[in-house]
Amino acid sequence: MPNFWSTNLPKLGQMTAAVAIFFAVLGAIFFIAGRANGKMQKPIAVVVLLGPAVLLLLFGLVGPTIRTVVLSFKDAYGHKFIGFSNYKWLFTDPDMRKVLLNTVLWLVFTPFVTTALGLLLALLLDRMKRESIPKSLLFMPMAISFVVGSAVWKFVYAYANPGDPQIGLLSTIVRHLGFTPSNWILTQPLNTFLLMVIFVWIETGFAMVILSAAIKAVPADILEASALDGATGLKLFRGITFPMVRPTFIVVLATMVATSLKLFDIVRTATGGNFGTSVLANEMFSEVFNYFNQGRGSAMAVILFLFVMPILAYNIFNLRRQRTIS
Amino acid sequence: MSVLTSKQKAPRLADHNAGRKLFGGRIATIIVWTVAALWTIPTLGIFTTSFREKSDIVSTGWWNVFFHPHLTLTNYHAVFFGDSGSGLTNGILPYFINSIVITIPGVIFPIVLATMAAYCLAWVKFRGSDFMFFGIFALQIVPIQLSLVPLLNLFTRGMHIGTIQVLPKFGIAGKFAGIWLPHTMFALPLAIYLLHNFISALPRELMEAATVDGASHFTVFRRIVLPLSIPAIASFAIFQFLWVWNDLLVALSFSGGTESIDPLNAKLANLVGAWGAHWEYLTAGAFITMIVPLIVFFALQRYFVRGLLAGSVK
Repeated sequence: MPNFWSTNLPKLGQMTAAVAIFFAVLGAIFFIAGRANGKMQKPIAVVVLLGPAVLLLLFGLVGPTIRTVVLSFKDAYGHKFIGFSNYKWLFTDPDMRKVLLNTVLWLVFTPFVTTALGLLLALLLDRMKRESIPKSLLFMPMAISFVVGSAVWKFVYAYANPGDPQIGLLSTIVRHLGFTPSNWILTQPLNTFLLMVIFVWIETGFAMVILSAAIKAVPADILEASALDGATGLKLFRGITFPMVRPTFIVVLATMVATSLKLFDIVRTATGGNFGTSVLANEMFSEVFNYFNQGRGSAMAVILFLFVMPILAYNIFNLRRQRTIS
Repeated sequence: MSVLTSKQKAPRLADHNAGRKLFGGRIATIIVWTVAALWTIPTLGIFTTSFREKSDIVSTGWWNVFFHPHLTLTNYHAVFFGDSGSGLTNGILPYFINSIVITIPGVIFPIVLATMAAYCLAWVKFRGSDFMFFGIFALQIVPIQLSLVPLLNLFTRGMHIGTIQVLPKFGIAGKFAGIWLPHTMFALPLAIYLLHNFISALPRELMEAATVDGASHFTVFRRIVLPLSIPAIASFAIFQFLWVWNDLLVALSFSGGTESIDPLNAKLANLVGAWGAHWEYLTAGAFITMIVPLIVFFALQRYFVRGLLAGSVK
């Protein structure tokens, strides 16, 4: 393996050097800036402490976002303005309409299914004695990347031609139930929902853990009081538990909406956007990196942004309210 | 006294559980364990298949391994070190190294910068600090897709106003620095927000006492804020570690798709297509890709959950 180490040791060296330089530079700046006194002390502290982050955000997020909005009105190479042509294409092209429809399907189904399933599991777990093992198992996919998740589920959906042995779990179950398995990944529109299952599989644990904490935070006395009043089961849930957990439920739901909207990993890995499964985030990537059309790609990014705008507004509204309360 | 309190508490706890009886206890247990099993079976399928012979994989379902155990390490050997069929000439190890080289600075850089910024926003009050905090908070939700194209152009061409070059091309496109930087940028909003929540809740007396003693903001930051923030930093570090290790978008956009810097996850995404029905490689490759985050996850799950809760439940 001499060849392996001669190419890969330098990479590790590069990493170590980068981290060392990073800390050395920070240390030196802290040392010099720390010697300032008097009136300059505070402004210097603000610039040194906040400056790097603000600069990176300006160059990494704020500036590019504005630039993307501008690019969305330009041609493929960003040379000349072409008005709303990119947007017009986006909303009229039949292929793009399918992409938009899929994006809306993802937006409607995955967040609700994930959050509702997370809530149901959290409620059920609340009644259990040894909850840590099933909780860990349900939460585990959270550590797995969407790419690996897609590989895992592609194997579940594996299909073999009639006559060959079916090795996929889904095909086998379907066959044992007496039906004929089909080539799942190619079957529209079922395949889009099969891809959503991967998202639900990975994110339900996240929803469950957060909602579980919110349920545990419901004061026991309130529950006891209404239980003494004769409220049980579903009534208790509708009357007490859910109203108290609702803010958390909405936060989780909003997070899921934002995540599912931005997500392109699953579609990219499982189908490459083929067979009628593409979504906006995936199409945007293809437009930029495969067709080299920055204008159209940027227009798609702007549409993604418009989709998350309400969540953004809601979050800021919430944060302001929290701040005025505390 | 202690006997008394525990006696008082006993019926209270019982009632409390009765109040929570939404579904029957036993039914709840059965449902939860069934779902947990359902959630685990797909991973189990990948795991067992990665140890099966190719001929076995294509002829029988993976669950047969429990009846006819016939295991091999051939697949791992092929994926780790490369063989003619896998198409990986040098194996998957270089990508593994790349993932490490990308992830460690990709976690350290944003955390250090975010802790500094969070302390500044929380304790060094200045005009506009609130506005800035709200701005950073708002950036959390902006999809990365929005900055992709301009940032890439900046890295490859520099920045121009008209025909005048304002910023040089940094020469970092296709290098590790070209991936560390976007990861740092994209992580900052959430990191600053989470750490701000924690740091702003530190006791005021502590800060004031240090300032009265004549300590500069930098000394306060290093001696007081940093050591006390370790739990919050650790929580976010785990979160960011999983994020960077499992990232696909930044990797695909900013690495050149080469063995010299591509991380494991991006390579696997590529191989899922290329390998098609080569389940013997695919399952081994998938398992190699997920093993590090799984270890981190199970070892540090408690801190991870704490971090998630700090971010979502207020």
